[in-house]
Amino acid sequence: MSRLWRASPLTYLALVVAAGLSVFPIWWMFVVASRSSDAMGQLPPPVTPGGNLGANIARLFDNTDAYFLTGLINSAIVATTVTVSVVFFSSLAGFAFAKLRFRGRNAMLLVIIATMMVPTQLGVIPLYLLMTRLQWNDRLPAVIVPALVTGFGVFMMRQYAGQAVSDELIEAARIDGCGTARIWWHVVLPALRPAAAVLGLLTFMTTWNDFLWPYAVLNDPANPTVQLSLRALSDGYYQDMSQVFTGTAIATLPLLLVFVLFGRQIIGGIMEGAVKA
Amino acid sequence: MTVQLDARPPVVPAPQRSSGRLSRLDTQLSPYLYIAPFFLLFAVFGVYPLAYTFWVSLHDWDLLGADHPFVGAENYTRLLADADFWHALVNTLGIFVISTVPQLLAALWMANLLNRGLRARTGWRMAVLVPNVTSTAAVAIVFGVIFGREFGMINWLLDLVGLDAIGWKSNRFASWVAISAMVDWRWTGYNALILLAAMQAIPRDLYEAAAIDGANRVRQFWSVTVPLLKPTIIFCAIIATIGGLQLFTEPRLFHSGTNPIRGGPMRESQTLTMYMFENAFAPHYNFGYGSAVAWLLFALIAIVAAVNVLLLRRLGGDRRQKGAAR
Repeated sequence: MSRLWRASPLTYLALVVAAGLSVFPIWWMFVVASRSSDAMGQLPPPVTPGGNLGANIARLFDNTDAYFLTGLINSAIVATTVTVSVVFFSSLAGFAFAKLRFRGRNAMLLVIIATMMVPTQLGVIPLYLLMTRLQWNDRLPAVIVPALVTGFGVFMMRQYAGQAVSDELIEAARIDGCGTARIWWHVVLPALRPAAAVLGLLTFMTTWNDFLWPYAVLNDPANPTVQLSLRALSDGYYQDMSQVFTGTAIATLPLLLVFVLFGRQIIGGIMEGAVKA
Repeated sequence: MTVQLDARPPVVPAPQRSSGRLSRLDTQLSPYLYIAPFFLLFAVFGVYPLAYTFWVSLHDWDLLGADHPFVGAENYTRLLADADFWHALVNTLGIFVISTVPQLLAALWMANLLNRGLRARTGWRMAVLVPNVTSTAAVAIVFGVIFGREFGMINWLLDLVGLDAIGWKSNRFASWVAISAMVDWRWTGYNALILLAAMQAIPRDLYEAAAIDGANRVRQFWSVTVPLLKPTIIFCAIIATIGGLQLFTEPRLFHSGTNPIRGGPMRESQTLTMYMFENAFAPHYNFGYGSAVAWLLFALIAIVAAVNVLLLRRLGGDRRQKGAAR
C-alpha cells in the first residue's frame, strides 16, 4: 500500500476525544461498582475507583430478587454450548457449500442467506408457543436449541473455506484414499481455524449479550440468564445503584476480557467484512 | 438399475481404489449430511415460526383461551386503527432517523481519522470498538443513570454551561435523543471500521490526481472518498436500518419502575418491538394481535431498507455525475 497521510496533532486530539467518549461510560460503570451507594448522588461524578467492590459483590450475590449467580452460570452454559455447536456445524456446512458438488447447492445457499435477513421478532411468538408445547419454557434448552446453527455462521465459513482450502489439496487427499469426513477433519478444519476462532468469539459475545429471546421465554425469575438478572436488578424498587452497577460490570467483564485477548482478530474480522451486526 | 447408474460418469472424478462403491456413496451423500443440521434445525426453529406467525396473526389467539377462532384480517385492521401502534411506529422511526444519520456521519469522520499514518494503530481501533462489545442491557442501565433527571451527568453538564435540566425520560423527543445516544455510542466505531476497510482499498493516485486538479483535503474527501465508498455506506445504512427498527433492549431497560414495557408513563419511547411484547406477552397475552405487529414490523423494515438503497444510490450517483461533468 502506498504511503498514508501523516496524522497531525489535531488528528490525535480528535481521536483522544472519540476514544474518551467510547471508554468513559464503561470506566464510570466500574467506578460506581467499586464505591458506596452515595457515589450516585455526587456531583461532579467521581472518576476514580473506591474500595467498596467486595461489599457490593457480596450484596449482589445475596440479593434474592436477581439470582445473579444462577444467571452467570446459566449464561456461561448457554454461550459455551451455542458457540461450540455453531462453529462445529458451520464449518461442516461451510465446507460442503464451498468445496463439494451436489444437486441444489446454489438454491440451498440462497435460502441460508435469506434467513440472515429475517428479524428475530418475527419468530418470537410461534417459538414461544412451540416451547410451551415442548415444555421447555423457563428452561435452558429454550434458549440453547434454536441458536445451535446460524445462517451467518454457515455463510461466513463458506466464504472462508472457498479461499483457504485449495481444490488440489482436497483432490490429493481423495487420491490418498481419504473419505469426505477425514478430509474435513484433517485438511479443512485446520485451514479454517482462524475463521472458526472469529466466528466462535462473535457467537459467544452475541449469545452472552442476548436479551430479547431469553426475556420472552425465561419467565421464571429463579432461572435467568445474566442479562435477565440485570433487568431484575434495574427494575427493583430499591435504588441501590452501586449494587446494580456491580452487576452490569460483572456482566460486561467476560465480553471485555474476550475483547482484550482477541481484539485484533475481531477487528480483522470486521474489516474483512466477515462480521454482521 | 444399478448397472445404469454405474454407467453414468461419476459426478466427481474420484479415482477409486478397493472400495469404489463406498467412496462414491460417500461423495454423493456427505454434502447433504453436512448441511442437514442447519436445515433440520432451521425448518423447526426458523421456517415453521415464520409461517406460523402469519397463521397466528389471522386468529383471535389468547394464551389462556381454549380455542382460537379464525378472524381473518381483523387483527390487522384493528392495528391500523390503533393509536398506540402508530405512536410506537413514530417513536421507532424517530429514534431510527436521529440515531442513524449522525451515526454514519460520525463513522465516516472517524474512519477518515483512523485512515492516517498513526502511532498505536490497533490501540485506537480497539478504543473506538470497545462500546460494541459491551452488554447492551448493562449499557442501557448505565445510560439510564447518566441521563437521569436529578443526579444525571448530562443534566449536570448542561447546568455547568447554564442550561436548564431536561427530563430525558419524561419528554418524548428528549427520550429519543437519549436512546439514540446509546445506539450511536455502541455502533459508530463498528461502522467506522467497516468504512475504514473500504477507504484503505481506494487507490492513492486518485487523490494525487485530485490534488493536481487543485482539490483540497475537504474537497478530496467529498469528491473522491465518499463516492467510492458508496456501496459500503449503503451496506452500513441497511445494517443500521435493520438494527434500528428492531430496537428493544435499549429503550426497554432505559425505563425502569412501573410498566417499563410501555417505554415510560406516556409511551414516550415505546418502540414497535416493545409494543409487540406488550401485546403478545405480559400484560395482554394476545398472540394474534402481537403476531400482526410482528408482520407489520417486518414489512416496515423491508420498505425502509428499499427506500434507503434508492435514496443513497441517487445521492451518490448525482455527485459522481457532477464530478464527471466538471
